[in-house]
Amino acid sequence: MTRFFRSRLIWPMGALFALVLLNTISRPSFLSITVKNGQLYGSIIDILRDSAPLMLVALGMTLVIATRGIDLSVGAVMAISGAVALQIISKSTSPNRIGTVLIAIGIGVFITLLFGLWNGFLVAVVGIQPIIATLVLMLGGRGIALLITGGFITTITSSPYAQMAQGHLLGLPLAFFFSVGAIAIIGLLVRRTALGVLTESVGINPSASRLAGVRSRGIIWSIYGISGLLAGLAGILYSSNIMAADSNNAGFLIELDAILAVVLGGTSLRGGKFTLSGTVIGVFIIQTLTSTITFLGVPPAVTPVFKAIVVILVCLSQSSRVRQWLGRIRHLRGAKPPIRLSGLETEVLAERKSV
Amino acid sequence: MSDNAVVVEMRSISIEFPGVKALDDVDFTLRSGEIHSLLGENGAGKSTLIKALTGVYSIDSGTIQVSGKERTFAGTADAQSAGIATVYQEINLCTNLTVGENVMLGHEVRGRFGINWRATHAKATTYLRQLGVDVDPRSQLSGHSLAIQQLIAISRAMVVDCRVLVLDEPTSSLDRSEVEQLFAVMRRLRSRDVAILFVSHFLDQVYEISDQMTVLRNGKLVGEYHVGELSRSELISKMLGHELDELESIARTASRTIDRTGNPILKITALGRKGSIEPTDLDIYDGEIVGFAGLLGSGRTELVRIIYGADRSDHGAVEVRGKSVRLSSPRHSSNHRIAFSSEDRRAEGIIGDLTVAENIVLGIQAKRGWLRRVNKAQSDEVVAQYIESLDIRPVSPHILMSNLSGGNQQKVLLARWLATAPQLLILDEPTRGIDVGAKAEIQREIAKLATAGLGVIFISSELDEVLRLSQRVVVLRDRRKIAEFDNHESFDIGDIVALIAKEGAA
Repeated sequence: MTRFFRSRLIWPMGALFALVLLNTISRPSFLSITVKNGQLYGSIIDILRDSAPLMLVALGMTLVIATRGIDLSVGAVMAISGAVALQIISKSTSPNRIGTVLIAIGIGVFITLLFGLWNGFLVAVVGIQPIIATLVLMLGGRGIALLITGGFITTITSSPYAQMAQGHLLGLPLAFFFSVGAIAIIGLLVRRTALGVLTESVGINPSASRLAGVRSRGIIWSIYGISGLLAGLAGILYSSNIMAADSNNAGFLIELDAILAVVLGGTSLRGGKFTLSGTVIGVFIIQTLTSTITFLGVPPAVTPVFKAIVVILVCLSQSSRVRQWLGRIRHLRGAKPPIRLSGLETEVLAERKSV
Repeated sequence: MSDNAVVVEMRSISIEFPGVKALDDVDFTLRSGEIHSLLGENGAGKSTLIKALTGVYSIDSGTIQVSGKERTFAGTADAQSAGIATVYQEINLCTNLTVGENVMLGHEVRGRFGINWRATHAKATTYLRQLGVDVDPRSQLSGHSLAIQQLIAISRAMVVDCRVLVLDEPTSSLDRSEVEQLFAVMRRLRSRDVAILFVSHFLDQVYEISDQMTVLRNGKLVGEYHVGELSRSELISKMLGHELDELESIARTASRTIDRTGNPILKITALGRKGSIEPTDLDIYDGEIVGFAGLLGSGRTELVRIIYGADRSDHGAVEVRGKSVRLSSPRHSSNHRIAFSSEDRRAEGIIGDLTVAENIVLGIQAKRGWLRRVNKAQSDEVVAQYIESLDIRPVSPHILMSNLSGGNQQKVLLARWLATAPQLLILDEPTRGIDVGAKAEIQREIAKLATAGLGVIFISSELDEVLRLSQRVVVLRDRRKIAEFDNHESFDIGDIVALIAKEGAA
């Protein structure tokens, strides 16, 4: 287990640690946490809170990618769940009752589950390539959200709804508990049932899995459903934070951040083996990065460039080829040669000769 | 013919993949102005040898000389510059370009203002004419038949002035008249002293066109023969061959009598699929091993695939234990306790990135569905039991499947199926490409299981395996069952070879 931990998670962990270190050096207050009215405040706490929507989306994305798929529609799906929930609350006569809010959330999330299953239907049953199948909803979803809100940005006042993104529990942001809950539930779901290993089996070798009698269609279908459901919850959190259903901006480009988090965490885009803990670290890397950029006062216009540089560095550090080169350089200096090959390298070698 | 100048000389070529020696000390000689057929069953090493010659694989040991000079090919470009051109089964041309552009790609005639298209197309036409191909070089490639596209690919090889032309299964999707056209071109090239390496599993064509034949089996050279010195049945027995030594220790289990009074496990009536297997009848009883004999492409694999539901049948009926059923997907079959191990271990058997234990349990898990996970205790028990009984090595259940040797991977797959407690086990070439020791163990295990009541369909290219294990032998040829007989001590390989080789097509 230690070796597994070392080989796969050490690099994203290292990147996260480096980011935190960089922040702490440039502003010592980064790690400090203050207590006000029994609630915790500080940059770290902000990161835990703000990362919640991305966390939910990225967990779903991890499973989808493990099946050799991709889900581009998550951002649009976030817009839909927010629009549905807020529309229901704004039409309600008692927007401050917890019951109303729960019903609104329930319906919003249920509808996004259906949209997720729609994606799964296109991919698993109709056989459309995942990138195209989910592109349909990525483009159409925001239109659907605008139809629901009648073309306006629906705003509401409902204190229970606001609590979700802005409230606290045991001193910590409530949104953080959504993250923790989702991680726990998805983790249990994939590792306590056989969903995880069957998903990996389908992702690694679809035709062998089929001949082994694995119901790959059903598995892929439900994975897209899960992804839709998690994106829906993320949309609720997002709209609760701004108390508005902004169909154009809710979850805008979050699909790319989610894919990035999955890859940073060490799950290959070729599908197969996946790591949820890697994805969790990947999400924290991205959120810390966003917070760093804001703090460093990088002008918004060049933010993407800054992000790109960091992403390239992290990806390079994970590339087995680069690591081999580094290893060779170290070897030339008399240190130990690289011992492990992974990913692409191994595959090429397996084609050729014995490892 | 053999006094022509030697163009390619490959000596003691060996190539090893994880767990398999794909080529073991193979010699191969190609002379100018000859058409040389390379023969052997799947996994014999034909395509590996071709890939070594065309620079796709680099060789682990041995030497390759082209026109007397020793060469090391680091890639396909090296082989091309040595004058070796290849036309593959799936044509690698650009379908969205014109014929002329395809022929001259990379060799366009250049003028002062870039490419001179008029001259380029004119030159393409001359190359095409040389092969007797009369098509407009300005027409789209995709508008032509596969046969013409193949000839265009050959013209393209002529542009680079090749001395060696490798044709890998060029006739597999051509009809008779197209084959004639291709053969005419091949003869024309032969008269221009091009050396042609030809691969085809149609023996008629091999005898019609080639001068020399080299036969491989299990990665080893069987021999090189002049086409006149080897009869069709001699050739087939050399391709299918038989390994004596260790395997002889398994007694022929054939002489068991099978009780065929009750309902068979499986009964198929006129089951078939257009273009892959003609309607076939077959039944299998408890404890019986039915061996399928036939060459590659005879329909043996196609038949078991539609029985299992890996491919759909479009004809016929299936009964399991007397009850009519539809086996339209692997899932249905596994619900009826039928298991199938594909001939393509790597692509359709193993899940390389999962562990040995996960691979073994996959069959049971798939049956149970994702909600009811096989818990650790159950899994450990099953895995330990099969690792021991099948002698899987290394014994650790937690290493990745892709790190095992071919023989051990095959044992793990066998364990996967046996763990699901099937009543009928279909094994398509379970002993291909694995070492002799593992072969013997797998055969012993199959015989033991059948004695205990399991029904087995057993496919193998090695006829002595089929004869040794089966109580009944089904012979297939040209996508048809041509014979079925109860196995008896007095039958030998020659009888089956005679059936397969019977004039017509083989």
